[in-house]
Amino acid sequence: MVKEAAVPSTGQNMSMNGSKPNVPGNLAVKCPKCKEILYGRDWEKNLKVCTRCGFHFKLTAHERIELLVDPASFVETNADIISADPLTFSVRSQSYPGKAREERQKTGLNEGVVTGHATIESKPLAFAIMDFNFIGGSMSSAVGEKITRAIELGIEQHIPVLIASTSGGARMQEGIYSLMQMAKTAAALAKLREVQCPYFSLLTDPTTGGVTASFAMLGDVILAEPGALVCFAGPRVIEGFMHVKLPEGTGSAEFVYQHGMIDAVVHRKDLRQTLNRLLGFYTKQGKTSETRGEEHGV
Amino acid sequence: MAYDLEFEKPLAELDKKIAALQRKGDRLKPDEQLQLQETERELQQRTEEIYKNLSSWQTVLVARHKDRPYAADYINLVFDDFFELHGDRMFADDHAIMAGLASLDGKTVMLVCHQKGRDTKEKIFRNSGMPHPEGYRKAHRLMQHAEKFGLPIITLIDTAGASITLGDEERGQSTAIAENLYLMARLKTPIIAVIIGEGGSGGALAISIANRILMFEHTVYCVAAPEAAASILYRDTAFAPQAAESMRISAKELRAIHIVDELIPEPLGGAHKNHKQSAANLKTTLLKHLAELNGLSQEVLLEQRYQRFRNIGVFDHVAVEV
Repeated sequence: MVKEAAVPSTGQNMSMNGSKPNVPGNLAVKCPKCKEILYGRDWEKNLKVCTRCGFHFKLTAHERIELLVDPASFVETNADIISADPLTFSVRSQSYPGKAREERQKTGLNEGVVTGHATIESKPLAFAIMDFNFIGGSMSSAVGEKITRAIELGIEQHIPVLIASTSGGARMQEGIYSLMQMAKTAAALAKLREVQCPYFSLLTDPTTGGVTASFAMLGDVILAEPGALVCFAGPRVIEGFMHVKLPEGTGSAEFVYQHGMIDAVVHRKDLRQTLNRLLGFYTKQGKTSETRGEEHGV
Repeated sequence: MAYDLEFEKPLAELDKKIAALQRKGDRLKPDEQLQLQETERELQQRTEEIYKNLSSWQTVLVARHKDRPYAADYINLVFDDFFELHGDRMFADDHAIMAGLASLDGKTVMLVCHQKGRDTKEKIFRNSGMPHPEGYRKAHRLMQHAEKFGLPIITLIDTAGASITLGDEERGQSTAIAENLYLMARLKTPIIAVIIGEGGSGGALAISIANRILMFEHTVYCVAAPEAAASILYRDTAFAPQAAESMRISAKELRAIHIVDELIPEPLGGAHKNHKQSAANLKTTLLKHLAELNGLSQEVLLEQRYQRFRNIGVFDHVAVEV
């Protein structure tokens, strides 16, 4: 078991590419939106955002951590939690544990979320950062448990919580256990609400299905990266269901922003500073965390 | 009543035989009389056998049966009085969710239910029990209302899932569902959720964060409808039966893994065979659980509900080199 387990790392390099249309070695990548060929090094320096059209490529969990938090402040927690196989599930000839093992090897992660605590400009926070490369960021018991523990860390230490979501939705292989993680994480957030710690939800491409319909949309402040798909049912599913062609941009970050569902769409280069400013507002409330805790009997 | 499901074919044949004999009435010969009794006994026995061993997919078919009692039927048969409350106070009144004040054995409760609709006209009116965001927001409003007046909440679940149209996205389907999970997790009043037919995905979960989750014997509760799961896992909805089996979605299987607290027995051959008996069973079970929950302090009630969901999940640990 030890061998196949991924080793948590604090500073992975930025060369692991989450999106498909790339040339080996990242010498050059092609933007899936404007088809521009981008020089790999420029593209990485630009935080994997297309220098021509601003398309935001997917980031791995570790890339995002590196992007957001103070260097060397990141401490990973619960890295040892991996999926089990509660339903002894297999599709055609592939067993679920076999699939999970492959994904661990492919991504270097133990599960689809990296959790821990860190600081942004010295302000502490607990966080959970999802990774789409691990079975489409799908919700397993392990993912739900790690996210719940990250929220509980916020409750115990009385620090803000950040969750960066990216998920295709439920993990079918865990059946009802997957669905119940929506309830579990939302319940933990309801407890966080009672101790008055802010929860920042960051929606990245794509955030859909059960994850959207639980913790992702429950942020005290909800931010999204430009162009990220943010929806309950994907545009193709809706088109199939309604037999219509949907207008371009349906279910995008800008779409949910226009409809009043999120607070802001923030360019990747501004995310760290935005979170820093927001954290500042909640620490300048005039009341200290201790007196707030006493008032609410925590 | 007809046996119209595929796996009920042998039962339908026996039923036909019985009907033919019964038509003779007084003209039955003594040996035919005997044959009638024998066939009736056989039908009973075969039905028991088949229904005791339903597969997950067969359970789906029973749970979706067109004659199965819907929430409105249970409201008529179980509750002394019901006053429907309408609207989310923001946009519309959603007819897939039927909710209001009800009296159960003389005590007031808040009822929140999915209503599928029986004929084509009602199905269209109720969007076949697939709520829009305003349905969940109506539920949200009325559950807060219940908390305000200390009324226990009973939810009757029967949906293939939440509605997924463009309008649902525009009006924030995910937000509406998420807000309900968030509210129900800490609501200071007892909550009982009963799956009376289909418990489909987030659309069912959104009114199911309860102290007790009860399921009728032949119902299902699943992360995605078997057809949807099949299209994700096999890229082909024809594999729905396989998906249903592997996700273990039947009430019996969910009881075995403690997701569900109690199964409510159904009359022989499924709830649709006898609405009155199903309703009586529901009433007895509801009263029992309500009495138990009413005996709990608010603190215990909240903690019990929290832990009920907190502890769901199966995962492993691996050694990690640091």
